[in-house]
Amino acid sequence: MESPERWPGGRTGHRHFRRSGPDRWGPGRWGRGPGSSGPLRRGRDDRLVGGVAAGLAARTGFDVTAVRIVFVLATLLSGGTVAAAYVLAWLLVPADGADASIASRAQTDGRGIALAAGLAALLIVVLIIASVLGAGWLGSTLGWPLAISVAGLVLIWRNAPADEQQMIRRLAGPLPGLTGENRRFRIGARVSATCLLLGGGLLALLTGHPRDLLRPLGGVVLVLAAIVVVLGPWWLRIARDLVVERRARVRAEERAEMAARVHDSVLQTLALIQRRADEPQQVIQLARAQERELRSWLFDGVAPGSMGETGLTVAAGVRLIQQEVEAQHGVAVEAVTVGDCELDDNLSALLAAAREATVNAVKWSGAEVVSIFAEVEPMEVSLFVRDRGRGFDPEAVPADRKGLAESVHARMSRRGGSATVRTVRGEGTEVSLTMPRGAGERQQSRA
Amino acid sequence: MSAPGARAPDGGRPRVFIVDDHGLFRTGVRSELGDQVEVVGEAGDVEPAIALISESLPDVVLLDVHLPGGGGQAVVTAMKATHPQVRFLALSASDAPQDVIAVIRAGARGYVTKTISGAELVDAVRRVAVGDSVFSPRLAGFVLDAFAALSPASADRPSFDPELDQLTPREREVLRLIARGYTYKEIARELYISIKTVESHVSSVLRKLQLSTRHQLTQWAAERRLT
Repeated sequence: MESPERWPGGRTGHRHFRRSGPDRWGPGRWGRGPGSSGPLRRGRDDRLVGGVAAGLAARTGFDVTAVRIVFVLATLLSGGTVAAAYVLAWLLVPADGADASIASRAQTDGRGIALAAGLAALLIVVLIIASVLGAGWLGSTLGWPLAISVAGLVLIWRNAPADEQQMIRRLAGPLPGLTGENRRFRIGARVSATCLLLGGGLLALLTGHPRDLLRPLGGVVLVLAAIVVVLGPWWLRIARDLVVERRARVRAEERAEMAARVHDSVLQTLALIQRRADEPQQVIQLARAQERELRSWLFDGVAPGSMGETGLTVAAGVRLIQQEVEAQHGVAVEAVTVGDCELDDNLSALLAAAREATVNAVKWSGAEVVSIFAEVEPMEVSLFVRDRGRGFDPEAVPADRKGLAESVHARMSRRGGSATVRTVRGEGTEVSLTMPRGAGERQQSRA
Repeated sequence: MSAPGARAPDGGRPRVFIVDDHGLFRTGVRSELGDQVEVVGEAGDVEPAIALISESLPDVVLLDVHLPGGGGQAVVTAMKATHPQVRFLALSASDAPQDVIAVIRAGARGYVTKTISGAELVDAVRRVAVGDSVFSPRLAGFVLDAFAALSPASADRPSFDPELDQLTPREREVLRLIARGYTYKEIARELYISIKTVESHVSSVLRKLQLSTRHQLTQWAAERRLT
């Protein structure tokens, strides 16, 4: 800290500077003070905008006010070049007490860089158009400094530390449309910008000479810019909302599919285990089978209850359901299939829903026999699960009973199929499932 | 119907003969039928069955599809020649479609699975006794399958008798409902028709099944045997 060559940075350096500062500037308000050694740092306490003038004053020993006056005069005389240099200095020189400049932070801000480059490019285009339209002095004198300043300010705005941002906001406060606090100002700014661009564009278009191609072209660009200014924010919001909504939907669907699978496998097995708690051998068997299934799902991606094995057909799948349900629940399942075809993802989902409906019927209806009828037709596969049990009131099913709602209805509709439940108390229940068949496999509708 | 004593009077107990090679099963069926029907005899093989049925002339023969010595089909064929008034109801635990269809084509009036309950079996016997047909869901499925194989789209040769070789849409509908496990009464309610109409549709299907000479029907059976 004592060494003049090494500027230690951090809070310590900052304190050091503050403590010693006033002494240095003390002798003459307008005269030249002793000046400080060490690298240039932007002033923090006595800055008006970026602290560049204050930093220069501290480094050279001149009075800060004098430095500022020189800056303003130079800016006016140089046609903005000095202002651009000021912005660059703001960007490149670290603030007093900070380790890194804003530029070093901005390096990782890809979007900020893109935005800055885009804005600068847009500005240059506008200025070129302006020069084409006969206001060449605007482009040649103000163009490059303006583009550099805008790009630099964007990067500063996005990457400045919190205290500097606070200050920028305070500075920008009077400018409507930038702070986003006042909606009406913002809309007003947009409308006037649009009117300006549109007016200029139309004027250029209407007055353009047929032989001169650039003038009407510039007009078109201005009109397009007006449209972008008007619709841009709205369009951006729509696009963003769409992306967000689609992501949410995909997530919800994934979650639903996951819940349906867990319900079909793990929850069913747990229910069975509770019911057969007094038969340890069976319980072990169930647990083992479930473990195997869960493992193959988690680690090999084979979904439980999906019957996704290749080569399996609808009829074989229905037979499998029949065997499994009869074995697990001890209720007779009568299965009839007409026609046959290979399973695809949709038909696997159909069978998974059918199995769930069958298990439901076996568990809740109290019927001795549950009938499954599957018919493979050229365009669709229909499947009916019917029992003559006690029936139920669909409205009275508790919300946490996911079986019918999630495993059957949702599973079918996710795949473009449909499920209807007809139930009469005391007469039984019939679940009808229909799944359209995918194109390209209709040739073997009947086996 | 012309033979004396072959027909039980309406409302009376149908006279039933049981053919099955499992003695235990015969006993089971006998006790399930109870006193709702009059069991006039039983047999465990083709030859004795033909002889005993010719002797006792029951209203309904409960016939196991799988019998040693020619299967249930042989019994039906033999009886058709000598005593056409005897009606057969096929009863099976195994469900090879070609065997079932063969027995039906030979002349059985219906087919039920052995899982059927006692009351339903009595009902089926009564139905067959008065000349109706009895379709189990499984039989309905087999028939739909068989006739789907016969559909014009898959026919490679012209049909001699389209009437016989195809099911009407209504017959299809009825068969589908049977396959879904509906009773005739429920089908009648579902389709807004009378039970009698349902029965006539089913009989018509049975007739087509028995009379259709389509090459494909035999072929279908042969193909199914392979799988």
